[in-house]
Amino acid sequence: MNAKPRLNIGAVRSSFAPWADPSAKPLVRFDQVTKRFGGETAVDAVSLDIYEGEFFALLGPSGCGKSTLMRMLAGFETPDLGRITLGGEDLAGRPPHLRPVNMMFQSYALFPHLTVAQNIAFGLRQQKKPKDEIAARVDEMLALVRLEGLAHRKPDQLSGGQKQRVALARAIAPKPRMLLLDEPLGALDRKLREETQFELMALQQRLGMTFLIVTHDQEEAMITADRIAVMRAGQLAQIGRPAEVYEAPNSRYVADFIGDVNLFEARVTEDDGDIIRLVSPEAPEGLEAIEDDEIAIGSTAWLAVRPEKMRVHLDPPPPGPNRLEGTVADIGYLGDWTTYLVELPGGRTIRAARANASRVVDRPVDWDDKVWLTFAPDSAVVLTR
Amino acid sequence: MRRGPSAFNIAAIVLGMGFLYLPIALLVIYSFNESRLVTVWGGFSTRWYVSLFQNEQLLAAAWVTLRVAFVSATLATILGTLAALGLVRAGRFRGRTLFSSMTYAPLVMPEVILGLSLLLLFVAVGVARGFWTVMIAHTTLTLCYATVVVQARLVSFDEALEEAARDLGAPPWKAFALVTLPNIAPAVAAAWMLAFTLSLDDLVIASFTSGPGATTLPIRIYSAVRLGVSPEINAISTLLIGLVATGVIAVYLLSMRRRTAAP
Repeated sequence: MNAKPRLNIGAVRSSFAPWADPSAKPLVRFDQVTKRFGGETAVDAVSLDIYEGEFFALLGPSGCGKSTLMRMLAGFETPDLGRITLGGEDLAGRPPHLRPVNMMFQSYALFPHLTVAQNIAFGLRQQKKPKDEIAARVDEMLALVRLEGLAHRKPDQLSGGQKQRVALARAIAPKPRMLLLDEPLGALDRKLREETQFELMALQQRLGMTFLIVTHDQEEAMITADRIAVMRAGQLAQIGRPAEVYEAPNSRYVADFIGDVNLFEARVTEDDGDIIRLVSPEAPEGLEAIEDDEIAIGSTAWLAVRPEKMRVHLDPPPPGPNRLEGTVADIGYLGDWTTYLVELPGGRTIRAARANASRVVDRPVDWDDKVWLTFAPDSAVVLTR
Repeated sequence: MRRGPSAFNIAAIVLGMGFLYLPIALLVIYSFNESRLVTVWGGFSTRWYVSLFQNEQLLAAAWVTLRVAFVSATLATILGTLAALGLVRAGRFRGRTLFSSMTYAPLVMPEVILGLSLLLLFVAVGVARGFWTVMIAHTTLTLCYATVVVQARLVSFDEALEEAARDLGAPPWKAFALVTLPNIAPAVAAAWMLAFTLSLDDLVIASFTSGPGATTLPIRIYSAVRLGVSPEINAISTLLIGLVATGVIAVYLLSMRRRTAAP
């Protein structure tokens, strides 16, 4: 969407991009879909295409409408306005049991009275598959999620991680056109969650199935998804690859929601088609950024700089634009990263983060040290809203 | 620190339990009395149980009671489960509070009033009183109990389970039959047991709504007692107590299982 052709954005290159191909037909299309609950508009005229084989994430804070959007695709909610099509076919009026999508529920919703194998077989039984075919598919699924020995356990005899895998296997077993995952890893602890994120990605690659994940956890969305749709109050704020929404956010909301960001409110003074110059009371030496889009001289804009793109200097670098001076107000040591909170003379606090790439540091930074922060013009993003 | 029960605790328990169960214990003991006189102990015997099973009238009344209890409990459980589903699942609708309190009203309504109003209804409609009228009356009486029991379980039932079943290709009725029903089955069984025992020992409503040929056991016992207590009455009462106690214990065990099975 907001990708700038001249800049290579992000550290990842992927050739998989069906959304960039104008002749590609989407698997699922949300067309101006609106849903209201009472007076509240949960989903507001959302249009969205998801392509075959894609791992798509709906990301947003709770109550932004992401779950409602997914439940409308599964058939548990009916849109008030707009259309949802799957493979070109309108889904309106089709009850959940006749839709070729399966959902993995946030609570897993495993049937407590059935064994693991019976849970996985449930969808296949509804399809009236022959017995031996069901048994073979169940074994295949158990192997896929590495639960071979637990076929005859009941759900309450499983750990959280095992339940999660049974829920996944149960939803995949009927070979749906698309798998819907509602906060699938929310109930797992941190370590297990990280492992499972990569497993989920590998699984999706292996099956070649289209995955739609709903999450409020940006890390989960960034790791797993090909594209992320950031939602805000029922609307789509931005759609793009993880690197695009992180490195080229289209608004202050997206910049702030995904990761940490330092925002400088500034006035545009010069635009030579390549470098934009801005002035801000918080940066006495001026600001500079590389930006392809034209921005009117004299208009207000926000300069967004990620903490890890701020360099911390103990000796003053040569004066010039993108140089800030302040004192260290706080230091957060995380092991792999260190975050510095630097207070500017005006009282504003700026975040700078540094990867702890080596064990030994010549001159460690101390509280109340006088420091200078700089950043490269191509590290800053100019935002107009 | 845990201490054993004090003398006061023991006295309180003995008094309370004695107050509750002494009359029943006496009745059970005297049902095994050899003597024809109810108040004089003449040695242990089961002769009244034997003669009870030769008393056609009492046996006929017992048979009516069991049939009424069975049919009305089944009907009340089905209707009560449906009502509970409606109350729990329908979400917020206009008049929901009114509707749910109306379901509970018979719980606190005096049985005399319920019996009288049913009698008036049957007379107004012109139905001859007999087996079916008692059965319907008992369904009315026990329906609200059944609703309360099933509703309590449904409230804690994760609706996502039924959604998951529908998502996996089961039509709504099948999702209910395959997933919801097996999981609320202990509560449904408990509701049936409760309805059955309530119907079994009801005297008031039965006496308003029964007719000739449909005399229930409590009515038979009541009228027999007015003519003088026979040890046979003690015997059948003991059997009735046994049946009701079994029912109550079964309900308790079912509800325990339900609790431990809950996640």
